[in-house]
Amino acid sequence: MYKKTLHQLIDLINKKEITGREIHKSVLDRIDLKDKDINAYTTVFREYEEYGKDGILKGIPIAIKDNMHIKGKRTTCSSKILENFVPEFNATVIEELEKESASFMGKTNMDEFAMGSSTETSYFGVTKNPWDTTKIPGGSSGGSAAAVACGEAIAALGSDTGGSIRQPAALCGVVGMKPTYGRVSRYGLVAFASSLDQIGPITKDVEDAAILMNIISKKDEKDSTSVNIKREDFTQYLNQNIKGMKIGVYDKVLKDCSEGVAKSMENSMDILKNLGCKLENVDLPSVQYCVSDYYIIAPAEASSNLSRYDGVKYGFRADGYDDLMDMYIKTRTEGFGDEVKRRIMLGTYVLSSGYYDAYYLKAQKLRSLLKKDFNSAFAKYDCIISPTTPTEAFGIGEKAGNPLQMYLSDIFTIPANLTSIPAISIPNGISNNGLPTGLQIMANAFREDNIFKCASAFEKEFNIIDKLPMN
Amino acid sequence: MEYEPVIGLEVHIQLSTKTKIFCSCSTDFGANPNTHTCPVCLGMPGVLPVLNKKVVEYAVKLGLALNCDINKFSRFARKNYFYPDLPKGYQISQYELPILENGFVEIETDDGYKKITLERIHMEEDAGKTIHKADGSYVDLNRTGVPLLEIVSNPVMHTPKEASEYLKAIRKTVRYLGICDGNMEEGSMRCDANISIRPKGQTKLGTKAELKNMNSFKHVEKALSYEIERQTAIIEDGDKIIQETRLWDEKNQITKSMRTKEDAFEYRYFPDPDLVPILIDDNYINQIKNDMPELPKAKYERFVREYSLKEDDARILTDEKHLADYFEEACKIHNNPTAIANWILTEMLGALNKENKTIEDSLIKPNQIAKLVKLIDNNTISGKIGKSVFAQMYKTGDEPEKIVKEKGLTQITDTGKLENIVDEVIKNNEKAVENYKSGKKNTIGFFVGQVMKATKGKANPKIVNELLIKKLEEI
Ligand SMILES: [Zn+2]
Repeated sequence: MYKKTLHQLIDLINKKEITGREIHKSVLDRIDLKDKDINAYTTVFREYEEYGKDGILKGIPIAIKDNMHIKGKRTTCSSKILENFVPEFNATVIEELEKESASFMGKTNMDEFAMGSSTETSYFGVTKNPWDTTKIPGGSSGGSAAAVACGEAIAALGSDTGGSIRQPAALCGVVGMKPTYGRVSRYGLVAFASSLDQIGPITKDVEDAAILMNIISKKDEKDSTSVNIKREDFTQYLNQNIKGMKIGVYDKVLKDCSEGVAKSMENSMDILKNLGCKLENVDLPSVQYCVSDYYIIAPAEASSNLSRYDGVKYGFRADGYDDLMDMYIKTRTEGFGDEVKRRIMLGTYVLSSGYYDAYYLKAQKLRSLLKKDFNSAFAKYDCIISPTTPTEAFGIGEKAGNPLQMYLSDIFTIPANLTSIPAISIPNGISNNGLPTGLQIMANAFREDNIFKCASAFEKEFNIIDKLPMN
Repeated sequence: MEYEPVIGLEVHIQLSTKTKIFCSCSTDFGANPNTHTCPVCLGMPGVLPVLNKKVVEYAVKLGLALNCDINKFSRFARKNYFYPDLPKGYQISQYELPILENGFVEIETDDGYKKITLERIHMEEDAGKTIHKADGSYVDLNRTGVPLLEIVSNPVMHTPKEASEYLKAIRKTVRYLGICDGNMEEGSMRCDANISIRPKGQTKLGTKAELKNMNSFKHVEKALSYEIERQTAIIEDGDKIIQETRLWDEKNQITKSMRTKEDAFEYRYFPDPDLVPILIDDNYINQIKNDMPELPKAKYERFVREYSLKEDDARILTDEKHLADYFEEACKIHNNPTAIANWILTEMLGALNKENKTIEDSLIKPNQIAKLVKLIDNNTISGKIGKSVFAQMYKTGDEPEKIVKEKGLTQITDTGKLENIVDEVIKNNEKAVENYKSGKKNTIGFFVGQVMKATKGKANPKIVNELLIKKLEEI
């Protein structure tokens, strides 16, 4: 049962062949069997909790990245500083899921405060890639992606600041979507970089992603940056003929990709051509600066967002301090991991007087340039495609000592966050080393319709759903 | 050498909105610690601010009243620093794009009106309170997120008196607008001052000190005066002023160094990504313009013009909007502004001030004071009786007619009745009659007094006077 997709299970429940409770049991058994190895969860909800049966999700349990609040359950952000933090309110996406009768499977592991591309920075230990447990699953939503890939979850929510949904989805062979910034409420998502963070689905196929997107896309009065745009049924864009669709191919970077990734990409282009799409190479000159740009803006916002973890009100507080300043220093020194501290320092530096203009302001200007690049590209193309990642999943520990190398693994995914546009990663191949690769499809802001059309048509021609490591 | 002080003020006014600036918690004062809080103002992980539109409306109101440029595009910024009563580790404020810029506050000086120009006015959230006790420090976050407007003047004031006049003018304006109660003692209006001195005639500014902890207009004046003396003495000794923040110590009547520039905070301002820019259009501004109350200066000028009041009287009456409204309402009932103004300014304010009360506390309603004046004007009672009627009204809030009726205070204007009493008085005071007849005309006062005594003050003095003269001349 745990192998099935969300839409298959909805059908089975509608036919009264199974219940949400039985699905929960099946997934729980799978977790008990696998999670000792995979470590996809920080908290597993062993008791089945029901929020009605009449909604679209019919009581099917969804896994939630451990940076979104479920009332009464701890939200750790995979950090020591929030190890025992229990929120008193639901994130808006959780409210929306409950309205559609979702249940919840548990909270999934992640890089600490979503800062990382491998889940290696988690206080609760690395999540392993179910395709090869010596490899990382990607990050930061590595727990959600790994869980979906190996049947430890039917579907999951992740959050994406620079690729944190799409990169692990690609490395685990599943579907991951980052919606347009403002499409989904951020209320109840613990902030990493507020102008970039967006919640989205991680699922086994494109239809499941559309179902979850239908539920979580909504203007929220509690989030000033959420956009009041008409809700649409994304499933209407599935299984359509995409003949004539204009697609820009961002191929500049292919030379830097692994052989397997490049091969998958070439196959993908052939598939789309065969579907009748018009492919053209697209030049996006500002993209070469986007990693540098991202590593100024995201840490700047993070350094401020993480100031609240000071040991005063909630969360971890160090023992044995002399005075207020000493309490702050000891609490934050002991409570945060190295990567989080590195980014707080970076962010603090670029916002300091004397450096603000040179770094932060310049980075904002570059962000505008990048938007211009994409705007002119989307005047010509319905979608822009690229590999999701430059390589397949890398080894655990392989890049942990080299932050810069690690940062470069998000090179393809970062532009969508900086420009606020939607993007999806869908599986587009399995390399010779037995690891999956991902195809990224981007569209203009609020044009998820184009993404779903393209991804669904592609998936019909090529998918690896039967090859997921479910056994 | 002669020195010239240069003073600029930063005034925070706490807005009297019902709810906080970024959440729906109450702004009421005096609740139990941490009861007016929610996840948003507690800075819980995952919360987001949502702007209370009333705050923008109040800011635009103040901007219109103080002749500011209203920025059509402004935004919030984060001011980052660590303190236990700042739950997010940053204060949401405005930095490079405040909602209001420029403008001025008019104050009256001995040389007439003077414009104190403003640099900017911006919106921000208040922090909480840290309370230090013997057994530790406690944090109360009820005040966290209460909306503030910070009014920053240019360094254009030169005396402590100007500074306190400026503060009074702001207080009067915000109270007129109904956006803040302007209470410095309770902290709903707060003031920090930047002060430096320079040789008279020099244009370059001297090194400034920032003064804090002044909780009344008096404190501001005293702290500034102290600081002028302190800085002058340092310079005359050939030493240099250091840039620092100093606290006013009311007990010892001095300012004390709190921190020097080297310890100054690095606030790392940047635009708050959780809030969208504030967009204001002309339509919105015009709507608020149409709702604007008459401002103190305009009202003062109108009172002088329309009611022919003396300037000083008009000034006092327009000092507080409530008082001005009270006066105007009374004038609507009985059209004798001069008399009504007199009753309010002498009797009413005299009585209220004695008890430290304001016009809002008065039991006498505007229509009642009008009726009292009317009773005097139509000769139902004398002015003297009026005062005793007022005293009773002040105590009980009773209608003046009722008091007059119940106590039988109606003036005796019946000539026949008064003639009898006058005859009686003349008959019983032969000696005085003789004096009068021998030319001591001022004896008439004695006779009037006797008649008043006989009538318990109720006789109409004018009629009594006429009768007495007539009768005495006839003898
Ligand atoms: Zn609140």
